[in-house]
Amino acid sequence: MGEILSEYDIIGAFWVTIQLSLLSAIGALLIGTVMAVLRVSPVAVLRLLGTSYVNIVRNTPLTLLMVFSVLGLSFILGLQISEEATTNSYWWAVIMLSVYHAAFVCEALRSGVNTIPAGQAEAARSIGLTFGQSLREVLLPQAFRGSIAPLGSTLIALIKNTTVAAVILGTAEAAGLLAEITENEGASLPTFFLFALGFVILTLPLGILFTNLSQRLSVKR
Amino acid sequence: MSAETVLFDAPGPRARRLHAILTVLGVVIALGVLWVVIRKMGSANQLEGYMWAPFVEDPEVWTEYLLPGLWETLKAAALSVVLAGVFGIVFGMGRLSHLRAVRWVSGAVVEFFRSVPVLLMMIFFFFGWFSRADWMPNDLAPLAGVVLALTLYNGSVIAELVRSGVHSLPRGQAEAGLSIGLSPGQTLRSIQLPQALTAMLPALVGQLVVVLKDTALGTIILYPELLTSARTLGSAYANTVPAYIVVAVIFIVINYALTRLARFVEQWLQTRGHTAGPVTTTAPMLVEGPAEPGGVFGEESRLVGGRTQA
Repeated sequence: MGEILSEYDIIGAFWVTIQLSLLSAIGALLIGTVMAVLRVSPVAVLRLLGTSYVNIVRNTPLTLLMVFSVLGLSFILGLQISEEATTNSYWWAVIMLSVYHAAFVCEALRSGVNTIPAGQAEAARSIGLTFGQSLREVLLPQAFRGSIAPLGSTLIALIKNTTVAAVILGTAEAAGLLAEITENEGASLPTFFLFALGFVILTLPLGILFTNLSQRLSVKR
Repeated sequence: MSAETVLFDAPGPRARRLHAILTVLGVVIALGVLWVVIRKMGSANQLEGYMWAPFVEDPEVWTEYLLPGLWETLKAAALSVVLAGVFGIVFGMGRLSHLRAVRWVSGAVVEFFRSVPVLLMMIFFFFGWFSRADWMPNDLAPLAGVVLALTLYNGSVIAELVRSGVHSLPRGQAEAGLSIGLSPGQTLRSIQLPQALTAMLPALVGQLVVVLKDTALGTIILYPELLTSARTLGSAYANTVPAYIVVAVIFIVINYALTRLARFVEQWLQTRGHTAGPVTTTAPMLVEGPAEPGGVFGEESRLVGGRTQA
């Protein structure tokens, strides 16, 4: 165990996991918000665009997106982000993680809008608030609070899914490093638990935080 | 009820004009994206006929590559779902046991497997165990790794489904069982569990989508599933990009059909009333939140939440 710790850069691999998580969380939130706006817009064509995005991306395996980004987009279509192979894979991993989880962020935000009973909007309009006011003062705050829990779940799933980047990143990232260690040193249950523990440490506090937030901020009905 | 009726007023002349402008803008953007993609693919010679012709002209593309890959994918998914169902019912009942020790152990197992990435388990089971075990035939080792990892993760999700399904039944169900003299175990098995399982049917079908997508992880541990056949096909015919696109379409079609099936089952259950409890459409989320009432949008998938796994 001690040898494994000194010989392999486990901390470094988890640092990559954290970087991937942070960068793609931001990316997914941006794309997902745009898609959510499209999906609840009153314009049929925009709704169709948002729905298509979600249905296509959500039903494609993330592994396929990852492999395609390097083998297809970079090598054949020439969409190189960087001359250097590892940097190129790294940024493609970030992009694909963002694109994939944006579909789930979109659905999370939409399910937040879903929690608002129709009476809220009707009440807002009937006391004479304009469209913008009712959106700002009544609807969006409730929608935001309602989507905290599903957004938290999406973030946790994203952190776990960064392991899929191992397909293109290799040993730079936690799952890839575990594969290398297990291949070289043989099965070691402590090593597996160490990696599992790493993910528990990353996700458990977030789970508690989001559960807490969503309960504290939930709209009492 | 649709979104517009709640979020938006009936449009007046100005709003209608704005909507028309946005419609045109949306179409222009969509066409623009499409044009960029086509141009990019065209300039890389990916739209040439010889790239795509094998898919219709050469039956070997299907019989030697895609169909065997699809078969392996479906086989792994089916095995995992059945085993995960067994695992889920056992540990779900364990979490509902009246023995504290059983509850505690089942809870720890379920929470552990739910929070460890599937890929870590797959890698560990395959490289660390199955690929070097004497008793494991070499060609079965990758399948065993994929199935075991998927069973443990999805079994834990199903265990949570079982638990929440039983919890959301009206209390009268259990009380009725106890009052006619059934033991708590009998009440769980013969009254609560059947209704909970029926109520979670749509969520189970939705979970199938997750399992099917996750079998693609098997490519990392050398399992010859659909994604792997896309790669071998791509190098055999020198048409990597078309091969991946075709495989992606196959995944999307199957998964979309499953999502529709889940919604159909949900509606069927609701009209017939096979269970006393509410019908579950989503796998339980890692973050517990307010239950989703059928709010502004009645329609479309509410299959979000915990099923974000790749």
